[in-house]
Amino acid sequence: MARTNGREGAVHSRTGLDDRLHAWLRHHRMSAADSLHRLLDKPWSSLLTWLVIAIAMALPVGMNVALENARSVSTDWDRPAQISLFLASDLEQEPARELHRQLVGREDIEEARFVSSEDALEEFRQLSGFSELLDSLEKNPLPHLIVVFPAEGAEAGTIAELQATLEAMPEVEQAVLDMEWVQRLGSMMALARRIVLAVGALLVMGVILILGNTIRLAIENRRDEIVIVKLVGGSNAFVRRPFLYTGLWYGVGGGLIAALLVGGGLWFMGGAARSLAQLYQSGFEIQGLGIMGGLNLIILGGLLGLAGAWLAVSRHLSEIEPR
Amino acid sequence: MIKFDRVTKRYGESRDALREVSFSIEKDELVFLTGHSGAGKSTLLRLIMLMERSTRGQVEVNGRDLQSMGRGAIPGHRRSIGVVFQNHQLLFDRSVFDNVALPLIIGGYDHREVGRRVRAALDKVGLLSREGSMPVTLSGGEQQRVGIARAVVGKPDILLADEPTGNLDPALSAEIMQLFEEFNRVGVTVLIASHDLALISRLRHRIITLRDGTMVTGTSD
Repeated sequence: MARTNGREGAVHSRTGLDDRLHAWLRHHRMSAADSLHRLLDKPWSSLLTWLVIAIAMALPVGMNVALENARSVSTDWDRPAQISLFLASDLEQEPARELHRQLVGREDIEEARFVSSEDALEEFRQLSGFSELLDSLEKNPLPHLIVVFPAEGAEAGTIAELQATLEAMPEVEQAVLDMEWVQRLGSMMALARRIVLAVGALLVMGVILILGNTIRLAIENRRDEIVIVKLVGGSNAFVRRPFLYTGLWYGVGGGLIAALLVGGGLWFMGGAARSLAQLYQSGFEIQGLGIMGGLNLIILGGLLGLAGAWLAVSRHLSEIEPR
Repeated sequence: MIKFDRVTKRYGESRDALREVSFSIEKDELVFLTGHSGAGKSTLLRLIMLMERSTRGQVEVNGRDLQSMGRGAIPGHRRSIGVVFQNHQLLFDRSVFDNVALPLIIGGYDHREVGRRVRAALDKVGLLSREGSMPVTLSGGEQQRVGIARAVVGKPDILLADEPTGNLDPALSAEIMQLFEEFNRVGVTVLIASHDLALISRLRHRIITLRDGTMVTGTSD
């Protein structure tokens, strides 16, 4: 590529847009490096701030990860709904079995299990311990039962429709949808999610305020310097820049430590969760944040840091003028 | 270069720091501003630097009316003026080099240009060998010279000095004044506030005298 720059010395002209951009980038680089140096120069007080931010961020994120895991466990219970069909008490076993065969053939039904009235009585006898009382009965009071599992992935509405269809059949006395516990679990999860959101929002505000206050102190500490810089012609943007970077570094560091805290916490709980899952013959494994989740946390930390710094800078920096 | 036209600066309800002050300083002039303390010397300099705005009247610097200058233009205006402060106003956690470099860093010069200019300025004030020192290790006179190097490093058209020899002995004071005269000879307009009448009357430059905020002498040559 041949350069068509004929004018000698144009490189040193400071009026060009290109030069202004370079100067701007140079000062950004310098502010970023300088503010990072200042933080690392006081490792203990910086670490304390980082930890405060990290804990405030790790709490809601950790709760959210726990919630996500709870949800994946509950969807592992792959048949959340089942419909119990209590057949008419005068229905004989043969037509009942015939009905069972029909139901198994239906597309909207994943599986149907037939429990004859004798089996049901036997099971009840064993579980309830009322065997003598039951023996004294002249006639089996229990009807035949078909337990229907709706097709996988069926919506709550579809399941309710299926229940209505089944209940309308002449052989069926009553169709009971065992869905209540699923709904309860669902609404509990929704409530928990709301709580996590509220706690998260509060802690995010807390992080911004903590950072705002930290930056405010940094501004106070460097008041003389700010006055001198303004005296020799530093603009507000020039003065602001190092403090915004300070906020950014606090936030990024806090986010990084928060990601490590959440990761460490999950690792700590992983063993216990695995042995609990084994007791339930479940292959459940705790899902962590992942690399993307960790990166997001760091970016979020950086944004919160910038927000806090902006809050402090916009409030306090313009008050500092040479007197 | 600097023009005051019936400028009044009033603090609060009644106290006039400056009253109906008019004068004009031409390019390449060196002018002393004198008067007892509280006569309004500092206020006058602060008006030129836009640390204050006049209550009435017009201040014009380098052809620009300061009254109509917005807040956003103040940093650029201050960069075009070099200022030497009585209490030096150095950054004590930075080296001599970094202190002098500050206006250039603000101006966005690249680091080679910064190094070249800072060393030239330090050489001019005789402190080239101390560029790595911290300001606290310097004597009062040396600190003042660092302040002067910082004021001239950006090659301003105007140089202001507020009591630059305030805490110095006569020999050092004379040296500092000589420095200002040298800058004046290469085309810088210089305005020096000083109450050291014995010193400045020897130097044969125009003297503006303030008393209680009004001009007594020095309207023109």
